[in-house]
Amino acid sequence: MIYDALIGPFTEFEFMRRALAAVIALSLAGAPIGVFLMLRRMSLVGDAMAHAILPGAAVGFLLSGLNLFAMTAGGLIAGFAVAILAGVVARSTGLKEDASLATFYLASLALGVTIVSIKGTNIDLLHVLFGNILAMDDQTLLVVAFNATVTLLVLAVIYRPLVIESVDPLFLRTVSRAGGPAHLAFLALVVINLVNGFQALGTLLAVGLMILPAGIARFWSRDLTAMICIAVVAAAVSGYAGLVLSFQTRVPSGPAIILVATLLYIVSVLFGRVGGIVRQLFPGRHLEA
Amino acid sequence: MAALHFHNVTLGYDRHPAVHHLSGEVASGALVAVIGPNGAGKSTLLRGIVGILKPLDGHIHLGGLDARDIAYLPQSAEIDRSFPISVFDFVGTGLWRDAGLFGGIGKAARDRILRAIASVGLNGFENRPIGTLSGGQMQRVLFARVLLQDARLIVLDEPFNAIDSKTTTDLLALVKHWHSEGRTVLAALHDMEMVRTHFTETLVLARGPVAWGPTAEVLTPENLLVAMRMCEAFDDSATACAADDPRSRAA
Repeated sequence: MIYDALIGPFTEFEFMRRALAAVIALSLAGAPIGVFLMLRRMSLVGDAMAHAILPGAAVGFLLSGLNLFAMTAGGLIAGFAVAILAGVVARSTGLKEDASLATFYLASLALGVTIVSIKGTNIDLLHVLFGNILAMDDQTLLVVAFNATVTLLVLAVIYRPLVIESVDPLFLRTVSRAGGPAHLAFLALVVINLVNGFQALGTLLAVGLMILPAGIARFWSRDLTAMICIAVVAAAVSGYAGLVLSFQTRVPSGPAIILVATLLYIVSVLFGRVGGIVRQLFPGRHLEA
Repeated sequence: MAALHFHNVTLGYDRHPAVHHLSGEVASGALVAVIGPNGAGKSTLLRGIVGILKPLDGHIHLGGLDARDIAYLPQSAEIDRSFPISVFDFVGTGLWRDAGLFGGIGKAARDRILRAIASVGLNGFENRPIGTLSGGQMQRVLFARVLLQDARLIVLDEPFNAIDSKTTTDLLALVKHWHSEGRTVLAALHDMEMVRTHFTETLVLARGPVAWGPTAEVLTPENLLVAMRMCEAFDDSATACAADDPRSRAA
């Protein structure tokens, strides 16, 4: 009975196995990126970037219909363009990165919706906005796994400067020039992972599998390494449970995954070991020293 | 052999000078106090030295040092204290010059980090997140990192602000230790008594140099009075400076 509910769908249907593999790949790469987004106070930047990739994906859609490969390439180009332009403007003019990004992503979003509405139907728009992880073919799955691998490799390369720049940017500037390139590489990783999640969760929810696990991890540890591990596990668990939920109840898979993550987030806010609400209300007697 | 050479250096923001026409040199191994009222350009000068700020005019020669030979402790460090990093890891970033992007932190390096933490009196704090430290403890951590940077030129911007006397004494001992090791140390300071007793050379700054030389000769009430008067001459509609015009120097 429990086997039928929790494991059965995956042994029985190939599309469920593919979806599970995809969601695990997305968790492995996206959650660490999300942790850094949160720690660098860029959570909403991720959200803005998610909108920014829309016109690229829309152009891909316009040229070759619902071809995920074309849409991915378009999304990558648009995302990189916005991320790099916004980053360059912020770094060269002193305009804050969020303000700079806001202008670029708004323009980008308006352009994207315009392009989709020129040719597409409402169903196409829904697919672009919310994705469909259950319709994943082998080729797409390979692209997702490839992007996740690239993300982890690049993250390993820029990890040290990224951490130092997050804690003490002025120090990094005085000892090294790695800060700027590391930051741009990080923005590129954000884009790659948004495009990656885009096929499974759509433009609007792709950022969810990055930010929500990071938020969850923040309530369970004060250590960066532990935070990243917790975020990855939380993302994978949400993905798995969301797929099961979607399979059993016919809730669309993308929203189901994000809803499970939201549930975990609420539990963490309430009962988290680090700054959870219950902990704050009943902290126990104060210590000796 | 000069560690630092200023050629008619003007530093500032948006074309407005904060340090005006400074020339002179700092000998290698010198222990220099930079004093002057608020707004005199002390921090600006130090930023120029470490290369965060490009001179509007003139040159600063570092006498063969590159950026990695300089350790800089800013006045208000832009440190994100909420970032989840331990004292050990944070101090460890001072090893950047040796370890760089990928270099491993081996047993020897770990020992160096532990010794640096111990020498600022923070034994037992290694695993504490930096967010849990007090202001004075954080300053000790920053000194430990400077210690690890093993730099030939050390630039400290008001390192003893809001620091109690015990911590100040400990950290000042460290500064004198660096001096005895032959490192060049520049520190922006406000405590005249400390400057008089511990620093051999003093630069009195008030946008332009008021006096520069051995502390005993330079640190006079007259010079300090001049410095007080010369400060804060910011003019929105100032015209371009003609370097030869003596009036602009006084402005």
